[in-house]
Amino acid sequence: MACVKRIVLDVLKPHQPNGLEFSLAIADKSPSARVKLTVATVDEKTETVVIEVEGSNLDYQAIHDVIAGLGASIHSIDEVEVESTAEPEAAG
Amino acid sequence: MLRQLRALLQITHTQLIARRYFIVNGFDGALTMQGLIVGFEVSAPVDLSVVITACVGAAVALGVSGMTSAWLSEAAEKQNELRALERAMVADLGASAYGRAAHVLPVVIALVNGAAPLMISLLIITPLWLGQAGMTLLLPPLPAALVTALALIFLLGIYLGRISGTFWLWSGIRTLLIAVATAALILLIR
Repeated sequence: MACVKRIVLDVLKPHQPNGLEFSLAIADKSPSARVKLTVATVDEKTETVVIEVEGSNLDYQAIHDVIAGLGASIHSIDEVEVESTAEPEAAG
Repeated sequence: MLRQLRALLQITHTQLIARRYFIVNGFDGALTMQGLIVGFEVSAPVDLSVVITACVGAAVALGVSGMTSAWLSEAAEKQNELRALERAMVADLGASAYGRAAHVLPVVIALVNGAAPLMISLLIITPLWLGQAGMTLLLPPLPAALVTALALIFLLGIYLGRISGTFWLWSGIRTLLIAVATAALILLIR
């Protein structure tokens, strides 16, 4: 079974909620994850941000739903780190 | 539900709009009641029930007017903001917090805008009801209602002072002076 350990997203978002509120909303839905948000460009009504989420087993769909729910959209998945874990051997 | 509503208010900064509406329309309600009471006080004496009916009628009208006008204008504004943001984002935001805000927040603002003058007016009318019910007040019902109106206007002034960070007493006195000037104007044009 594979787990997503790290993901870097290129996201277009409205100015509100701001970076802190946005990151907190993502962290709320990704238990024990670390979220880093970097503003890349700022326009009149929008800003492009790079969001890096690190955790032991990230739920991409949950992250996507939070981002979409806040009115933002994911432009691209720029980096991903996935780790496979050994399946326990079947007994007998 | 409340947490979601608070988040929507935060995202769209609607709490500031709601606060502004509360003060503007609350002040509107208080001054209207004060005007009615001053008018009745200096007119030929009428039965207290007539005064109460007129004041309640005005209070309900202020509430309905505040609610509907705010809902119509805010719904249009929020839809306009949503369309502008959708153009900038090149995306349909109907299912996002912004989409929900465009539907929910005009209702919240309308409730605040309608409730503020209605509640303040009903508080001002309370001494009239108490007087009609036969309760003994420190003042006759009409002056008691007038004092209540002035006290509420003073409190609204204090609240404004707290928001603006100015000296609360000066802010309260300023709104009180506006109320006194309004009463003087009514007496002048009578």
